[in-house]
Amino acid sequence: MSGEKDLEQLKKEAAAKAKAAALAKMKEKEQVESKEETAAADLDIAKQKAAAAAKAKAAALAKMKEKEQVESKEETVAADLDIAKQKAAAAAKAKAAVLAKMKEKEQVESKEETAAADLDIAKQKAAAAAKAKAAALAKMKEKEQVESKEETAAADLDIAKQKAAAAAKAKAAAAAKAKAAALAKQSDAAGDDEKAKAIAAAKAKAAAAAKAKAVASAKAGGGAGDDEKAKAIAAAKAKAAAAAAAKAKAAGGKVEAEPAEESKPSPNQPYLDKYVKVIEENLGQDVLEDYYINSLSKDVPTLVAKRESYFKVAEFLKYNEQLGFDYLSEIHGTDFETHMEVYVHLYSYRNRQSVALKVKIDRNEPTIESLQPLWAGADWPECEAYDLLGIRFTGHPNLHRIMLGEEWVGHPLRKDYEPYDVEV
Amino acid sequence: MIRTEEMLLNVGPQHPSTHGVFRLVVKIDGEIITEAKPVIGYLHRGTEKLAENLQYTQIIPYTDRMDYLSAMTNNYVICHAVETMMGIEIPERAEYLRVMAMELGRVASHLVSWGTFLLDLGATSPFIFAFREREMIINMLNELSGARLTFNYMRVGGVKWDAPEGWVEKVKEFIPYMREQLVGYHQLVTGNEIFMNRVKGVGVYSKEDAINYSLSGPTLRCTGVKWDLRKDEPYSIYDRFDFNVVTREEGDAWARYHVRLEEIEESLKILEQAVEQFPAEGEILAKVPKIIKAPKGEAFVRIESPRGEIGCYIASDGKKEPYRLKFRRPSFYNLQILPKLLKGENMANMIAILGGIDIVLGEVDG
Repeated sequence: MSGEKDLEQLKKEAAAKAKAAALAKMKEKEQVESKEETAAADLDIAKQKAAAAAKAKAAALAKMKEKEQVESKEETVAADLDIAKQKAAAAAKAKAAVLAKMKEKEQVESKEETAAADLDIAKQKAAAAAKAKAAALAKMKEKEQVESKEETAAADLDIAKQKAAAAAKAKAAAAAKAKAAALAKQSDAAGDDEKAKAIAAAKAKAAAAAKAKAVASAKAGGGAGDDEKAKAIAAAKAKAAAAAAAKAKAAGGKVEAEPAEESKPSPNQPYLDKYVKVIEENLGQDVLEDYYINSLSKDVPTLVAKRESYFKVAEFLKYNEQLGFDYLSEIHGTDFETHMEVYVHLYSYRNRQSVALKVKIDRNEPTIESLQPLWAGADWPECEAYDLLGIRFTGHPNLHRIMLGEEWVGHPLRKDYEPYDVEV
Repeated sequence: MIRTEEMLLNVGPQHPSTHGVFRLVVKIDGEIITEAKPVIGYLHRGTEKLAENLQYTQIIPYTDRMDYLSAMTNNYVICHAVETMMGIEIPERAEYLRVMAMELGRVASHLVSWGTFLLDLGATSPFIFAFREREMIINMLNELSGARLTFNYMRVGGVKWDAPEGWVEKVKEFIPYMREQLVGYHQLVTGNEIFMNRVKGVGVYSKEDAINYSLSGPTLRCTGVKWDLRKDEPYSIYDRFDFNVVTREEGDAWARYHVRLEEIEESLKILEQAVEQFPAEGEILAKVPKIIKAPKGEAFVRIESPRGEIGCYIASDGKKEPYRLKFRRPSFYNLQILPKLLKGENMANMIAILGGIDIVLGEVDG
């Protein structure tokens, strides 16, 4: 078998691999989109694919080895590189310069393909890792293991495994690269020694870098994960056992501690009732969309005004004798993706009481009356909300982009914000 | 009558008396300011945007960089917001460490305010004295947290480090020393006639204006509003300490000067009691999950920073990062009244008025 044929075959194989990888990636993408339904299934498929890819690669390597009649059990990149170099040196002598030059071109192409394939594989791996996490989470949910720690531990375990696998793959890829580099050197060597050396050196560097990366990633993720793997497994097991025991207890003993969760009414409930009563008596029944005690926020009475009665409610809160909210502590907006929300925190120094006023506004046309005429302190914060979220406050005397400047494109705190760069 | 032409004067953004990168475009008619337009945003780092991709613990170092003269209260406000949402109980020892750290920070912040205010007015030596005492506090906080200014000391559920051996004793020794120095400060500056002429009746506003403009902290208390969140909406363990809320009635730079100096005295009182009550041992961090997830919902908490009311709003969707984070930054709100105060004032009073508000630009710009 001549070296020439060898090369041809190798190239073909490389090209085929690249294509297969690209195809796999495309498929992967499609599956990523619908990953939520078939996350677990996808994981299996990904695993199969990964296994298949690994097999294909192993087969390719085996073939190469067979043909070159070199028995090498070492799998490290460095060893492969050395062997490949030897091979290259031996084969190079047997080759004509013209032929080699022609092949160099082809080789470069095939190398590019390989590189692309490697890149694709890397992407695929990343996608697979993401899927694995999703699948792990989904599984956890199924099992109703609510504790966040457990979730994290399991996910971490999965990720660690995935990373270890990825690192192993990366190593294999690096080995393949090293071989390709050696082959390239082989073809170059006959033609232009200097150049070939330089190229080979560069390629070897790249391969080494790939290896280093693989090692680094293994260290950063997989390595650490491996170290903690045993621990994590043990912890997860212990927790699962504890959870099981708890469940058994719950099943055997009391039903649940649910009645205890029904907390006593908030001390601020009378205040909320008072505010709502006064507002509804004076402004009518339909000015408030909702009202509740926000138990997460120190039980602050919270009023959600309707869009069209927002200003009226705010004005009433300030000037009504019973309410008298003379101090505006905070006003800001939030992009909740379904709508925009303006949050106002008011305080009454007379009654020593707080109230939160909220209003939902249209996200695409975020416009709302300004509170600046009521509380002078709302001036700058409203400018800030306009600057960062694009909420227009009508009736504001000087609405301007207070932080970013007038020439800034977009409103950064909107969830759909894309940074604008002139050069991109 | 002398006819003068209106002139546009640009102050800053890099001017020593603006305490950071703050620009002021002033229209003057002779020596009288007819209009003042503050321009801010030079130090805007998008903390709130960055926070949307950070876990709660990761946000804490960013808060150090807002009000960098009182980073402890900033640390506290975000931890407090998350703790409020999660309903975490803080261990005793951690609470005392927090209070001591915050009160030391308050003293240090008021010292800078005092020193730089006088420096702006042309008295250079008080600045040196203020920084001498502040250095001692910074050294203590450094021993506690490992950093001089950007402490990153507090955590959701407690504090990061326990007090090193002998630290509490150092705080105890510092209290009488600082009291002594305060007497010296008054002897050095307070009775000085030049100083009094420069600040008395300068930058006056009424109680109603202060409330209407959302002023807080010393800028509010200088008008006679007895309001301190440590006293009126007690958080942490402030309800255990006996201290006064300092108020003045004048509402001018002179009153603000006094409020700050007397607040140092009140902080020392709190420190004194905290040192006495400090538990000999105990946990410094509550049992919190490794990955902190605020429950779904929203919360707004406010606490008393040296500059006023600092608040933190968190909207959470149950993930480990906040969906939306907003800081109510006192310097930002307090600065709004500046154009109103400067209008019609003498040009020479501009610096006295700005220095009296005591802003930190890192906080103004967020």
